[in-house]
Amino acid sequence: MNPGTETQTLPVPHSTIRPADHDRKAPSLQVEGLTVRFNGTEALKDVSFALPAGQRLAVVGPNGAGKTTLFKVLAGILRQASGEVRIFGHPPGGDTCIAYVPQRSQLDLSFPVTAAEVVMMGRIREIGMLRWPRREDWEVALQALERVGLAEAGPRQIGELSGGQQQRVFLAQALAQEAELILLDEPFTGLDYPSLDSLLRILDELLKAGVTEIVSTHDLNLASEHFAQVLLLNRRFIAFGPPQQVLTQANLVAAYGGHVHRLPEGEGVLIVTDTCCEGDETAA
Amino acid sequence: MSPWLAWLTEPLSYPFMARGLGAALTVGIVCPVLGTYVVLRGMAFFGDALAHIILPGVVIAYLLGLPLVSGALVVGILAALGVGAISRRTDIKEDAAIGVVFAGAFALGIALLSAQRSYAVDLAHILFGNLLGVSGADLLLTIGLGAAVLATVFAFYKEFLVLSFDPVLAVTLRLPVGFLQNLLLILIAVVIVVSIQSVGVALVLAMLITPAAAAYLLTRRLPSMMATAAAIGAGSAVVGLYGSYYLDIASGPAIVLAETAVFVVVFAFRGRVARR
Repeated sequence: MNPGTETQTLPVPHSTIRPADHDRKAPSLQVEGLTVRFNGTEALKDVSFALPAGQRLAVVGPNGAGKTTLFKVLAGILRQASGEVRIFGHPPGGDTCIAYVPQRSQLDLSFPVTAAEVVMMGRIREIGMLRWPRREDWEVALQALERVGLAEAGPRQIGELSGGQQQRVFLAQALAQEAELILLDEPFTGLDYPSLDSLLRILDELLKAGVTEIVSTHDLNLASEHFAQVLLLNRRFIAFGPPQQVLTQANLVAAYGGHVHRLPEGEGVLIVTDTCCEGDETAA
Repeated sequence: MSPWLAWLTEPLSYPFMARGLGAALTVGIVCPVLGTYVVLRGMAFFGDALAHIILPGVVIAYLLGLPLVSGALVVGILAALGVGAISRRTDIKEDAAIGVVFAGAFALGIALLSAQRSYAVDLAHILFGNLLGVSGADLLLTIGLGAAVLATVFAFYKEFLVLSFDPVLAVTLRLPVGFLQNLLLILIAVVIVVSIQSVGVALVLAMLITPAAAAYLLTRRLPSMMATAAAIGAGSAVVGLYGSYYLDIASGPAIVLAETAVFVVVFAFRGRVARR
């Protein structure tokens, strides 16, 4: 948070809208042997991991590795072919405790909505059908915007904001939804350093408040520096654990195949060339 | 009476003109409000297809001597749900699937109609509207259905907003997405049916999207986009109807031309600068 910005009480883990089977002591996420198929081909195979509540997980792997597919299964949008997913003890799609922030390119950002309205969208389930947002709902929305350092951005059209600000608006939406598990799909893509830094600081704060964060990224440096856990995928499970155990040469070769090169003179530095065109990414 | 006032009141001294104006205003307000979603969700082709698919329903109701709106409403709602289903589960690309159904249904409607002696007149009315043939009962039905559509849009405002902006969020929030999608399709079918008498099958699309597209260029929030679109639609209805009276041109095309003129002016002044 910027100095001088007053910190508001976070509405997150105190939701009154959770169902009875929502077990806050269960791991926030437990995935066992997850396999997803599209038209007969496996998009993800045999993914297993468990993430305790309040931890931050980076999901890494080349383009097409199934990161978005995994998120869609967790969010209850896609159904798995086999395997089991438990979120606070219940299956996906059973609760609104998950917020899924898709890649920005998935949304029409010229849509005539303001930042405050985008945040309010996170609450409409709670407001209920056939009702309009009450004053308290707008207050929650504005508080959420304040939490992400965008108190002034409420009346602005979403497309007028910078990429980093938009990403923070969607985080505020997740806060307004009282999400306990936030899925962020490629939130760092295309952000300049200051935007990236402020996004990371907000993620740090949410983590402290007990929110579980799952973030897909292409940036292996970022994954190893800012995440306690890393899940490495390439259409199948490759590794899961702390970054230094997961981002090893053997695992990276398994994930990125021929795109990993060891620099002859570099002291164990690996160069990973991703299949996308965003440039090279390095991991120590 | 001043000549200006006389100019304005003269057409309304004919009851059919007054009823026509009432119908045109209703359609001019309701279509653009719903058309806002059609424009934002990129459903223009779907709307046009639906208008044509409804034709056999209109013709069958006409041949059976039933109120046109009832036949069209039944077919329109079935077609909206059918096309929605086709576009969700098929291996053919969505626009091709809709195109097949749309052209086939339209051909069926024309074929049925062509067996009638009054074919040419009927065809013209169905394709381009017959605003001056609006009866008192038609007008009441138009206003009633229009009010019902507006009330539904108002009631489900925030749900339709999320569904249009971020359908994935609608799923993760566990909104009844299927119900909402079908409801929106049914509303589009209803306004198309209601508009057929005013502007006809061939021009309904303009009522749905032209004012909404102009409003999109002028506004940054959905409520103001809806209000602006409705104002453009209502203004065009009035201008078009008077234009039709004094220039002696068909009323449906006159209204659509007025809307198109507004769009062109807005585009010329706003379209040159990047919107955002």
